[in-house]
Amino acid sequence: MLAWTIYLSFAAAAAMFLIKPDNRQGARMLALGAALAGLAVGLIGSAGRGGGFAVATRLPWIPTLGAQFLLASDGISRVLVLLTGLAAVAGILFSWNVEHRTREFFALYLALIGGVYGVFLSFDLLLLFVFYEIAIVPKYFLIAIWGSARREYAAMKLALYSFAGSAMVLAGLIAAHVESGSHGFDLAELARYPFPASFQHWAFPLVFVGFAILAGLWPFHTWAPTGHAAAPTAASMLLAGVVMKLGAYGCLRVAMTLFPEGLAAWRHFFGALAVAGIVHGALVALSQRDFKFVVGYSSVSHMGFVLLGLMTVSTIGLGGAVLQMFSHGIIAGLLFGVVGRMVYDREHTRDLDELRTRRLGRRMPFAAVTFVVAALASMGIPGFSGFVAEFKVLVGAWQTFPKLALLAGVGIVLGAAYTLRAVQKVFFDGDPEGSPDGTAGADGTTPSVVSLPEKIGASLLVAATVAVGLCPKLLLDWITPSFASPLFDGLRKGGGL
Amino acid sequence: MNVDHARLLGLLAPECLVVFTALAALFADLRFWKHRTPGQRSHRTAIVLTLGFGAAATLLGLMGNTTANLAGGTLVLSPLSQHLKIVLLLFAIVTAWLCTETRFTRHVGEFMALLGLATAGMMFLVGTENLLMVFVALELVSLSLYAMTAFDKRSPRSAEAALRYFLFGGTAAAFTLFGFSLFYGVGGSIHLPTLAVSIARHAGDPLVLVAIVFVLAGFGFKIAAVPFHAWAPDAYEGAPAPTAAFIASGSKIAGFLVLGKLLQVGLPAAAGSGAWKAFAPGWMAVVALLAAASMVFGNLAALAQTNLRRLLAYSAIAHAGYALLALVGGSQPALLYFVVTYALAVVGMFGVVAVVENRTGNGSIAGLAGLRERSPLLAGVTTVFLLSLAGIPPLAGFLGKFLAFVAAAKQGTALGYGWLVALALGMSCVSLYYYLQVLKQVWVVPAETRDPLRGGTVVGGLLAALAVAVVVAGCMPEPLLDFLR
Repeated sequence: MLAWTIYLSFAAAAAMFLIKPDNRQGARMLALGAALAGLAVGLIGSAGRGGGFAVATRLPWIPTLGAQFLLASDGISRVLVLLTGLAAVAGILFSWNVEHRTREFFALYLALIGGVYGVFLSFDLLLLFVFYEIAIVPKYFLIAIWGSARREYAAMKLALYSFAGSAMVLAGLIAAHVESGSHGFDLAELARYPFPASFQHWAFPLVFVGFAILAGLWPFHTWAPTGHAAAPTAASMLLAGVVMKLGAYGCLRVAMTLFPEGLAAWRHFFGALAVAGIVHGALVALSQRDFKFVVGYSSVSHMGFVLLGLMTVSTIGLGGAVLQMFSHGIIAGLLFGVVGRMVYDREHTRDLDELRTRRLGRRMPFAAVTFVVAALASMGIPGFSGFVAEFKVLVGAWQTFPKLALLAGVGIVLGAAYTLRAVQKVFFDGDPEGSPDGTAGADGTTPSVVSLPEKIGASLLVAATVAVGLCPKLLLDWITPSFASPLFDGLRKGGGL
Repeated sequence: MNVDHARLLGLLAPECLVVFTALAALFADLRFWKHRTPGQRSHRTAIVLTLGFGAAATLLGLMGNTTANLAGGTLVLSPLSQHLKIVLLLFAIVTAWLCTETRFTRHVGEFMALLGLATAGMMFLVGTENLLMVFVALELVSLSLYAMTAFDKRSPRSAEAALRYFLFGGTAAAFTLFGFSLFYGVGGSIHLPTLAVSIARHAGDPLVLVAIVFVLAGFGFKIAAVPFHAWAPDAYEGAPAPTAAFIASGSKIAGFLVLGKLLQVGLPAAAGSGAWKAFAPGWMAVVALLAAASMVFGNLAALAQTNLRRLLAYSAIAHAGYALLALVGGSQPALLYFVVTYALAVVGMFGVVAVVENRTGNGSIAGLAGLRERSPLLAGVTTVFLLSLAGIPPLAGFLGKFLAFVAAAKQGTALGYGWLVALALGMSCVSLYYYLQVLKQVWVVPAETRDPLRGGTVVGGLLAALAVAVVVAGCMPEPLLDFLR
């Protein structure tokens, strides 16, 4: 059932080219239909399954290599499939105003979504890698064609970082394949294979860093802010909301389960890097002048919590990490939606000082409210999903490495600081008399109407973060039982889980 | 040595048919079509070649599982050799049709005849285990290709490229022949399996090592491996597009097959090792070094190119390096899958080059600017071909590289060739940059003019078919792998 999310997305991407180039509304409706169908399939396919492991399709694919076409899901994949569905729908609603090469835009967008679904549902390592790479090329074109300032630079940087990361993953994949006797790529079987400790000690960091580059691991995070800032709104929402989760998911699903001994040897080191990302991202966000860069660096900071949670290797920490993936996916989508679509597309500036003069709080009350809600969620105020997730990560970290947990706590405080700074500057800091030079003042008095698709998309995401914030059990009931599956045997043996 | 000539003729029927077709095309062109326009002549001769080569391929298909070994390994038939000949014929047909897209000569018949002869040479090359036969067939291929390179008589670049190709090729042939004669001197045989036995008794003989180096220098030229690559960028740039396509596809496939056979059948005893910290003299060490040098130099030099054909030439050098990895890994299916899928993509790219150059006269990468507006078909196939060359899944280029890298990683003990695989992966990242630069022109940069850019129907169809083949071979590689086993 869940496998249809993949097929639907790719089919709709291909079907885009049956639509006439100037039929923009048709392209939009098709994309929205496919994304909604994906979300519905994700919801129905996950409902009532809990955290159990369920195989959807298992076919021989390349017998020469032992690779299978193995699509399956456990609670973790289901949570992320759901996130992808929500982000996809919201992203399309937020790009309703794309007028330039509309059908190509949505075709690439849906291809990217299809690749993402594929990664979350593949339990054959080679298949997972194939889907992982499929997601790279659409990202490049989405940014290079529809992006804003410095888009070609940002697109190329992102593509090369992603590709370098996947080359490292591929190196680890080939090494693991050969080392385990070249039987195949079934993740469950590979996780059972006892790789020698000396092998794990170098293979783990290789594969982990390869995936973590995409998760924004400090100091390999620099593609993220530039990429997010240059990307068109929907692409930033997907990049921060979903694509960065691909990296974190790969770390958990592949690097950690395959090489538990390597993980044990390296977890303190990568835990420290995660905290460095949290603090560094927050500090840099505090000093940005560009609105989108603030959100971009906040993503690096929040993804640090995901990686920190992973490095705790405890049920509570890992659960928190997965929950944070979901939570940040929703919140980052919301933030980028407001910044890119509601503010930048109308005001044509992202400079915080410039935006101060536009009195957006009054002219765009909907945007202001949405952003404040997203900011509260992002800061980790109880009642929103961010609180539960980061709290769990911190508790897990406190049990394992208390010093790092303290530093991460500093990161939360800094997070509140940069978020409030942005909220105040953009929405509530305007001179009530209007700015002295008249033009901006005139500009600053016209109310700006937020369109219906944006309102629906924003409400969808707000509802998701509030629902999970009030009742995290909804997702935790899927996530926690997943760690009992044989895939995590190696991690359990190493203690913690 | 008693040879049953009737049987020989039966087994060689496909090769005979190819030569006959080549001559028929030449004759018909000169006798009947002389006063037609070059366009009509190239169409007609291409149809003749398609029919003849198609018949030969059908014949090969009918021969199916025939195996034979005639005249002491001079002619060796196996299901694999039949299959490879079919592949070569298909590439020759595509090359013939590319001629209809270019206007480089009035002497179409001669060009087609040379193409047929080169194809016949490759077919002989694929079906022999005899050193002398290898050399003769290799020269038949090379001489035809030299002439085909020089065929654009109005262009000084074409002449220069051919001269370069010829001088390098002649020297390389001399090296090869010298190496073969040393093998004969040591082993007392020109039949590969027999030679293997006697070489095993002389393993470590310095003369064998000298011979290996000479032979690898000769073949290194054929496959454009660094440091024997210097002819390639000029030949790819100066030669008529169909010739360049054939050099990059058919000639590569045949060259790699023979090199693989030579090293793995003839010289398993003199393999040595190129594993990390365990270097031992032998062909493995030399091949590993050639592979490393080709990957590094080819990819780095490609970064600086502004001409599309030169870019493809340096990418071909880099790909020769990856293919040598499969050779080091000793996996013939991996090697053949790699070179065949590479050939699919590169022939397709030269098809695009042929159409674009013919219509715009611009061969630079920037000449592709806004291709998506001028020809969605060409833009689409270019994307498929280039992403396949870059090794993006699920296209065939990814799986080709993956199979080659896995084969190399399996070789030796404890990931001894891991250094080579790591280098190959690193260089693949570099290559993405220049392929994306081309794709940026196609998709991102706006066109200066919006005139539609249309190739012939047949060539358009062939390019689309090649692109589909690249996608299908990448998603479902098993049938092709079986075909090449």
